[in-house]
Amino acid sequence: MAAAGGIEVKLIGAWPSPFVLRARIALNLKGVEYEFLQEKFEEKSELLLRSNPVYKKIPVLLHHGKPICESMIIVEYVDEAWPAAGRAILPADPYERALHRFWASYVDDKLNPSGAALSKAQTEEAKVEAAGQVIAGLKLLEEAFGRLSKGEGFFGGDDIGYVDIALGCFLGWLKVTEKTSGVKFIDEEKMPLLARWAERFCAHEAVKAVMPEPERLAEFARKRAASAKTPPAN
Amino acid sequence: MKAVVLLDFWASPFGQRCRIALAEKGVDYEYREENVLGDKSPLLLQSNPVHKKIPVLIHDGKPVCESLIIVQYIDEAWPDRAPLLPADPYSRAQARFWADFVDVKFNECGSRLWKLKGEAQAAAKEEFIGILKLLEGELGDKKYFGGDAFGFVDVALAPFVSWFYSYETCAGFSIEEAAPKVAAWGKRCMERESVANALSHPDKIYEIVGVLKKKFGVE
Repeated sequence: MAAAGGIEVKLIGAWPSPFVLRARIALNLKGVEYEFLQEKFEEKSELLLRSNPVYKKIPVLLHHGKPICESMIIVEYVDEAWPAAGRAILPADPYERALHRFWASYVDDKLNPSGAALSKAQTEEAKVEAAGQVIAGLKLLEEAFGRLSKGEGFFGGDDIGYVDIALGCFLGWLKVTEKTSGVKFIDEEKMPLLARWAERFCAHEAVKAVMPEPERLAEFARKRAASAKTPPAN
Repeated sequence: MKAVVLLDFWASPFGQRCRIALAEKGVDYEYREENVLGDKSPLLLQSNPVHKKIPVLIHDGKPVCESLIIVQYIDEAWPDRAPLLPADPYSRAQARFWADFVDVKFNECGSRLWKLKGEAQAAAKEEFIGILKLLEGELGDKKYFGGDAFGFVDVALAPFVSWFYSYETCAGFSIEEAAPKVAAWGKRCMERESVANALSHPDKIYEIVGVLKKKFGVE
């Protein structure tokens, strides 16, 4: 909880980043007050470069001034640093923890790269191929949901957990991509569990205040694309 | 089948991480060799349907996949001895960060040292030396990355010690020169029984690199 002498928790990030969103959701789940330090898009702050010299990337959590980097490592840190607060983000049982870590890893190692490939695809053929990969990955997660949720509403069971955070952070951008590509990724008929989970996740107290609206993300993407095409002044 | 089974491939540094962790914990297990260059066993395909890769740890019939996840599982399932991760959350986060760094940076760049030639290889070499210097800085004057005790980051990186010779020979540089503390750490790790028993001889790894180069069409 907030220190008597000031904010002891700071998060260096940027509002459109799904990885930053992961950290924010974790902090919200634990009811931790923090100062959000929005990075400028054109240049990285001294604080960021100093706090994450290896990757120079957001998010970075600063707790008593000490930096923690990499979004899912931050999530696990938040879970362990505030063990009595809120609800456990990872389950207690070692095997269940391994399973949840596996699927969170899957999102980062397989699903996210296939999503990135889709956004970079130039030809129609490449787009169809990439979209297929994303859908195949989501189908595996639909199956995993059954196993991990144990009949409850989230991958974490009756509340948001580690895998929910790992995957859910992308839902805003997923909606943007669905609009621009015309492809429905989480189809209610083909992926009923994920479809209902997605609504539940976005409506959750810890998520709704910090998850950017798809329209806002789309606008951000448009501005980014436009400035990329414009050569820098002089 | 024993209570603990490890599906593995003798030369795999990822499998070796698991062997080292199991040995550090004194866990009895059955080692099953998979022919990764040939057909995968039904047990492997059944235990890791998503990635179809080794290593897989099967504990009381339940499979755990992905080497660093397996090592964390081993640490948590046998918590009463030889802790691999430190106790406090901040140190744990740092350990996870550097273990991940070994995968994302060290191994990724290291593989380019033998996969590439010419200018691309020279660029990879410069990058790799930079990565070594980061590890050198993180290790500092500690005995191990984990401090006085052999820990998670040490387990993550130790198997690659037998790849040092291949990296140096393929790309033409010296790890001892670029990162003397890391080189000394590597020798210290080899003095541990758990590591010495798990690792392949550097000459054998060099042979495997030769096989992989042919497979990838590198002349």
